[in-house]
Amino acid sequence: MSSEITAITMPKWGLTMTEGKVVGWLKQQGQSFAEGEELLEIETTKITNVMEAPAGGTLRRIVAPAGATLPVGGLLAVVAPEEVAEGEIDTFVAGFAVPEPSADAEADTEAARPRELEAAGLRLRYLALGESDSVPALLLHGFGADLNTWMFTQPALADGRRVVALDLPGHGGSAKQLDRADAESLAAIVDHALNALGIERLHLVGHSMGGGIAISLALREPERVATLTLISSASLGPEINAAFIDGFVRAARRREAIEALKLLVHDPALVSRTMIEDVLRYKRLDGVPEALAAFAKEWFPDGRQRVALSDAVAALKLPVQIIWGRDDRIIPVAHAEGLASHLPVHILEQTGHLPHMEKAGEVNRLIKRLIENHA
Amino acid sequence: MALKSIRQALNEALAQEMRRDPRVVVIGEDVAGGAGSQGQRDAYGGVLGVTKGLFGEFGEGRVIDTPITESAIMGAAAGAAVTGLRPVAELMFCDFLGVCFDQILNQAAKFRYMFGGKAKTPLVIRTMIGAGRSAAAQHSQSLYHIFTSVPGLKCVVPSNAYDAKGLLIQAIRDDDPVIFCEHKLMYDLRTEVPDEPYTIPFGEANILRDGDDVTVVALSRMVHYADEAIDTLANEGIVCELIDPRTTSPLDEDTILESVERTGRLVVVDEATPRCGMAADIAALVADKAFASLKAPVKRVTAPHTPVPFAPSLEKLYIPSPERIADAVREVHGYNR
Repeated sequence: MSSEITAITMPKWGLTMTEGKVVGWLKQQGQSFAEGEELLEIETTKITNVMEAPAGGTLRRIVAPAGATLPVGGLLAVVAPEEVAEGEIDTFVAGFAVPEPSADAEADTEAARPRELEAAGLRLRYLALGESDSVPALLLHGFGADLNTWMFTQPALADGRRVVALDLPGHGGSAKQLDRADAESLAAIVDHALNALGIERLHLVGHSMGGGIAISLALREPERVATLTLISSASLGPEINAAFIDGFVRAARRREAIEALKLLVHDPALVSRTMIEDVLRYKRLDGVPEALAAFAKEWFPDGRQRVALSDAVAALKLPVQIIWGRDDRIIPVAHAEGLASHLPVHILEQTGHLPHMEKAGEVNRLIKRLIENHA
Repeated sequence: MALKSIRQALNEALAQEMRRDPRVVVIGEDVAGGAGSQGQRDAYGGVLGVTKGLFGEFGEGRVIDTPITESAIMGAAAGAAVTGLRPVAELMFCDFLGVCFDQILNQAAKFRYMFGGKAKTPLVIRTMIGAGRSAAAQHSQSLYHIFTSVPGLKCVVPSNAYDAKGLLIQAIRDDDPVIFCEHKLMYDLRTEVPDEPYTIPFGEANILRDGDDVTVVALSRMVHYADEAIDTLANEGIVCELIDPRTTSPLDEDTILESVERTGRLVVVDEATPRCGMAADIAALVADKAFASLKAPVKRVTAPHTPVPFAPSLEKLYIPSPERIADAVREVHGYNR
């Protein structure tokens, strides 16, 4: 009856993940669970993430305890009905081998490499995942981030759909020099990028400053946008945590970066050393401090957001949803609560400014649902 | 991101800085001459190929081959630095410091201080360190502790290609003399290195591994030996924190102290000789500033107080090994007052 025995294996979240560390199990051995229930926490290159059950079942054997580090595809646990004998589980565990990467998987890895395009004279890095005839999606990251912020979101959405994550100018692997950093200019650059990618209509997802740019793009070309998801978005009210912006722009050393980054999330313990190191590596690149200072000056002069577009967002004639963390310490959740009542607002508890990383499963479901309802 | 060797990373750093700033010049023995460049002199690019191609791109005005006279190289470079250029001088083996120490110790290191801060000395001295190639006692030393002990000099000891590029660019942009120590066995070691120029601030250690049981501080090639030892120890349930200071002057004291305050146990690994060296220096730092946190004596894993042997079998014994590092960690981990 070994067909009833299934393996829970180390997932691959993000391009660079080759192994993961088990932080802790949220289900005990012997417990039953439904599809989508939280099984365990896994430390990744950026943040500790919860792995949800791909299907329902009974957790018969935890193979990788807290603290264990496994390669992607490694055996975390065994799921099987209660009537399966212990001996059969033993045999399954003993016979389990981490699958060798197939030629297909290698081709996938090759396809999943970031590429570059040229938009309005700027070299921009992007990552495209998935392929389909349905309307593609575009993901826009926030201030100081890059396309890797979507490491949990992009693969989940790319199931049967083309999903592009773009590095904004001054960010990630894109050109660091930019003439203008305001929302309209950036929306125009994203517009050029979409043309270069051959994307007409799209589902638009923006986080923080990327949300502000998404709003500008939607106002500029509403007929092009099939749905709009704004996560902890800028441009919906005047408040912004100026100490974070200043601290992030200034941080050149690890201690300073940690001080700034821990404001981003509800539970700072979730932030991994690699995430801090990645931020520092980005900030050390020539041109980045100047680019960040230009963004900060344009978007958040004197510790306030320059642009407030909540009325314009409320008037948009397209499906819009807002996602926010209750404990956001960068842009207050009040900006979501203050929006027109006809807009669907999802406020996630025990979540900071990075809902798509802190509560990846929930945010992915919300985005998917909106996209699928307006396919 | 592309994998690059330390050699490629250093070459890229030099080329990018020379493109960015016309004041940057390279000077040393064989930095232009030899096979493989477009120049009529067939640049070999230094004995290890780090400066390969620079002569072809920047010409003889900026890639200057010298006679075999370290005192002249360092004297010319120090003078050029104090009068407006930003020279990167090559001291082929750090062992040759003996013939040019006055130019470094009494001239370059002192200009800013003795001229009341009015003179800047933006000089980089790239030099090779390390044993392991049977190059014998006069070509195998790791003398960064001598440079570290001189106020007015900064000293860099990179352990990987990412750090090598960022620290060399930082060194070239720094207004003080910097001694940049490259381990001769690590030039082919590859890591991911961005194509763009970037800098790593001096005095900022790299924490390679997190652990609460024992702090291990290691420099240059010893970072890799320590990493190997820590893998073995992890299987025994001993979880070590691994710190690479990256620069010995300035030294990131805070990172070392914060770690020892948590672990209470310290092993310092240094390929150099033990007397008055970095291992002794870091042990003293911790004894002085984190004594109350210590749960065990500080262990130093270094070479013995002898010249580097020529015989390969003896040279192997001379260099600290992963096994010796693991033994030292086990000893401090098992220590009870």
